[in-house]
Amino acid sequence: LDKAMTRDAKTLYQELILEHAQRPRNLGPLAGATHEAKADNPLCGDSVNIQLRVTDGCLIQTRFQARGCMIARASASLLTELVSGRSAGEAVAMADLLGQLIGVGPCPDDAGALEPLRGVREFPARRACATLPWEALRRALASGGLVDPFDPTRRL
Amino acid sequence: VHARDLPEGDIDVAAIRAEFPAFARRVNDKPLVYLDSASTTQKPRAVMDVMRHAFEATANIHRGVHALSVEATEAFEAVRGKVARTIGCRDPAEIVFVRGTTEAINLVAQSYGRSHVDAGDDILVTGLEHHSNLVPWQMLCEEKGARLRVLPIDDRGDVILERLDALLAPRTRIVAVSHVSNSLGTVLPVAEIARRARAAGAVVVVDGAQAIAHVPVDVEAIGCDFYALSAHKVYGPTGVGVLWGRRGLLEAMPPWQGGGDMVLSVSFAGSTYREVPHKFEAGTPDIVGVIGFGAALDWLQSKGPRRIAARENELLSYAERSLGSIAEVRIVGAPRVRAAVISFTVAGVHPHDVGTALDLDGIAVRAGHHCAQPVMDHFSLDATVRASFGVYSDEEDVDALTSALQRSMRLLGVPRR
Repeated sequence: LDKAMTRDAKTLYQELILEHAQRPRNLGPLAGATHEAKADNPLCGDSVNIQLRVTDGCLIQTRFQARGCMIARASASLLTELVSGRSAGEAVAMADLLGQLIGVGPCPDDAGALEPLRGVREFPARRACATLPWEALRRALASGGLVDPFDPTRRL
Repeated sequence: VHARDLPEGDIDVAAIRAEFPAFARRVNDKPLVYLDSASTTQKPRAVMDVMRHAFEATANIHRGVHALSVEATEAFEAVRGKVARTIGCRDPAEIVFVRGTTEAINLVAQSYGRSHVDAGDDILVTGLEHHSNLVPWQMLCEEKGARLRVLPIDDRGDVILERLDALLAPRTRIVAVSHVSNSLGTVLPVAEIARRARAAGAVVVVDGAQAIAHVPVDVEAIGCDFYALSAHKVYGPTGVGVLWGRRGLLEAMPPWQGGGDMVLSVSFAGSTYREVPHKFEAGTPDIVGVIGFGAALDWLQSKGPRRIAARENELLSYAERSLGSIAEVRIVGAPRVRAAVISFTVAGVHPHDVGTALDLDGIAVRAGHHCAQPVMDHFSLDATVRASFGVYSDEEDVDALTSALQRSMRLLGVPRR
């Protein structure tokens, strides 16, 4: 069941999103990164690079660099906080959950720490902005063979 | 006095808006403020009425002896003449119908270009080109081993004309330039570029997509060899465009796409092709769209294109002053002559976020790189916000834009200066 949402600016730019966009966490290069990938949105030229330090299948540290709008930057900043300390599988599951939260299909009732991005669902033109860093995360994890991030049978 | 100078007097924008059903729409519960005409223009009711009539009893062209087919053929072919008159060409056979500006340029690249450009030759473009007047030439260069050269722009967003002669080499085969830049609104000195380029032996292709609704177009006065345009940028439907080419060039060019309607006779031993323009029009075209394009040209003609252009220039100056008075707004480029387009950035807010905030106020702008990434690179930008005008735009639209910009800056937490 979709939570009823209005379509106004505060729906998209929730306080936490504005706050992350203005004061991004874990911004900048990561020394000693073990995994790294970039995702680009050819429609607008936005670009997000994610760097990871992975030990024993666990994301010890995550940092990002971005060229893009508030939504892309806030989503990237949020990502670095949420996936740190998690397994590769958990991180990809979170990317999947975001896809459900803001996609066109059934919407999860509670997306936990991803809830501040729920408003993006009402703005289909901005969906790619929110998913761009998570796309980079999937690629970074796939580049190291840690997980098949596109395996549709894998759900945690 | 040419007929296009009539009628005289002021433009009644309110009356013109009433002819466009789009302005009856509310967007996000606000009246529509449409500042994205450079992407595509809204269409007046007159165009839709003509298209509906053409759809209601439809037939194919050039191939039936029955009444409906004859009617459709006559209506379709009449548009060739209208386009020719609109762009100052005397011979309607020089008007080739295509899907749009992009296809027109690709036609020149694939037909003229592939048969005239060799390894070691040059193709010259400008730093203002839309990707559609850049990528087809890159593809041709890659295939042939030719070299793509670029006439650079300055920080005003004008081409640096002084560099042109040095860039024109004996092996420059094609010079491809915009008439009006879609990202900055720069009106290029196409006649001067064409004069020098042709004197150097090059063929000149002009991308007129952004010009046709806003500046007078006269291909003979410009002195180019090809001119490309789209119906949907001039109050007509999407899916229809025109390539104008000099008859001698078109006749010497090989066909581009093969199929019905472009052949004289076909056997397994080989085929012969029809005369221009038909040899470039394989298959059933967008008949209703072409007829609608004709209606759009008639409609524009009835309003007086020159006084519309004058009116749009006044509005542009007003927009430059209004946007320029907001400290956080930086207008990108200051070309010597500008038409209907103004690009800007807002300090501290990404263009996408500006675009979303404006949309919530019912204001349609374009936010992004406008398919002109080299222009963005020149100004060290990833994207801009672009407001663009049409015959229905007025000062109230600009006022709505500036006040929504102020609101969005407050909303998105931009500290006031």
